[in-house]
Amino acid sequence: MSAQPNSSAPAPAETSSTASLAIAWLFVGIPLVWGVAQTFIKALALFQ
Amino acid sequence: MANASLLDRSRTIAGPGYNRWLVPPAALAIHLAIGQAYAFSVFKKPLGALLSGDVDHPAAGDWSPAQIGWIFSIAIVLLGLSAAIFGTWLERVGPRKAMMASALCFGGGFLIGSLGVHLHSLALLYFGYGFVGGIGLGIGYISPVSTLIKWFPDRKGVATGMAIMGFGGGAMIGSPLAVALMAHFKDSAPQGVAPTFIVMGIIYFLFMQFGVWTIRVPADDWAPAGYVPSTEHSALITTGNVSADNAIKTPQFWLLWVVLLTNVTAGIGVLETASPLIQESFSDATMGAGRGVTVAAAAGFVGLLSLFNLLGRFFWSSASDKLGRKVTYAIYFGLGILLYALVPTLGHNAQLTLFVLVACIIISMYGGGFATIPAYLSDLFGKYQVGAIHGRLLTAWSTAGVLGPLIVNYLHESRKAEGFTGAAAYQTVFYTMAGLLVVGLLANLAVTAVNEKYNEKGPVTIQPGGH
Repeated sequence: MSAQPNSSAPAPAETSSTASLAIAWLFVGIPLVWGVAQTFIKALALFQ
Repeated sequence: MANASLLDRSRTIAGPGYNRWLVPPAALAIHLAIGQAYAFSVFKKPLGALLSGDVDHPAAGDWSPAQIGWIFSIAIVLLGLSAAIFGTWLERVGPRKAMMASALCFGGGFLIGSLGVHLHSLALLYFGYGFVGGIGLGIGYISPVSTLIKWFPDRKGVATGMAIMGFGGGAMIGSPLAVALMAHFKDSAPQGVAPTFIVMGIIYFLFMQFGVWTIRVPADDWAPAGYVPSTEHSALITTGNVSADNAIKTPQFWLLWVVLLTNVTAGIGVLETASPLIQESFSDATMGAGRGVTVAAAAGFVGLLSLFNLLGRFFWSSASDKLGRKVTYAIYFGLGILLYALVPTLGHNAQLTLFVLVACIIISMYGGGFATIPAYLSDLFGKYQVGAIHGRLLTAWSTAGVLGPLIVNYLHESRKAEGFTGAAAYQTVFYTMAGLLVVGLLANLAVTAVNEKYNEKGPVTIQPGGH
């Protein structure tokens, strides 16, 4: 879903490609998944 | 100054074609970084053995656990205070400048802290990581909130839940990262702490830059394509806008302050006691020889709680979009009262699986409480200065951060002094927390629509450029 043109604050058009979206989510997703995986491995000790 | 102008709100207004789904990762970049604060305990033992070099045998001049504990306490108090003080500034200058300020303070706090470790100056460590870093935490925590609400008027809970979930995830990244760095630097500096602080300060500053330069605000008249505000009347969702200064004059603000305070204080009761609670309640004496919960298993339990804290932030906040905020908090408190009251009984009866399940649900609602509050505020006060209002409400978190551990430690020690052991030593802790949730439930039930006299008159706009 993209920003619609507006009358009060004209701003230059900027295209958000699928690739830039994917890169943005990977940038934050990879460390988050790594942290969750580390915690999950630690949590497994409870069930051993 | 050219660089300063790039940080102005006017330079962050999204143009046509900008995809609003770029905003949550920008927010996550900030929250994943500052969430490291919850992993500070990983530094406790190394900081307490800088002189002796042996974490199990501190030297005479080494810092005590209580002295080190104040570093985190100062940071959390400053989080609440700075969020309250800088909230209206943030609304004026926009999220990019606020995120940059947060990155400078948070990263800078690590660097000053590193100097404090190097010089073995506790005051410098308090000032660096606690005071300066704490300001970075507060500004960073609220920086993306109002922007997300403006981009996602149709999914406020989902959007803010995603960002605040990042704060929970930050500790999961920060803890193993710090352990790995300290191990790497252990031969070049006492416990490897000082260089670890330097590297983490730089890494977090750079990571947060992604958020700084990706964030955009929507134009004032922007709405998602095809978005039609619900015509279904709900007394608790305002069409007006209340300023931060007026919001604190309303009973609704203070009721939500009590709601947040009680939910967080109760949650801290579980988090503070998690490891000793499960070990003492399910020891060899109660479970049978060799079947008690070990130290490693207890650490696993703490890890599991962290996961549910993270998942609860997204799950409950998203669910509140469908259920409504008041109903969601009624679940946190109503179900919470039952579950908190059940914990000592499960411990007493040695029902480990149920005990773990109940604790996980409790912690998911603790996280959910944090993540749902911005949307609740937006429903009641409008989106005009919701970031600033949220900032002022976070003083409840700071209060709970001090109050929670005090209550838990006092009640637990009192029971132990009376001769109670195992799960019984924690009985009054959990019954007291259940009582606190009753107060929260009543406060939530008392929330009604904000009187229209507090609304801003006429259309509200935010000053471009922040001047």
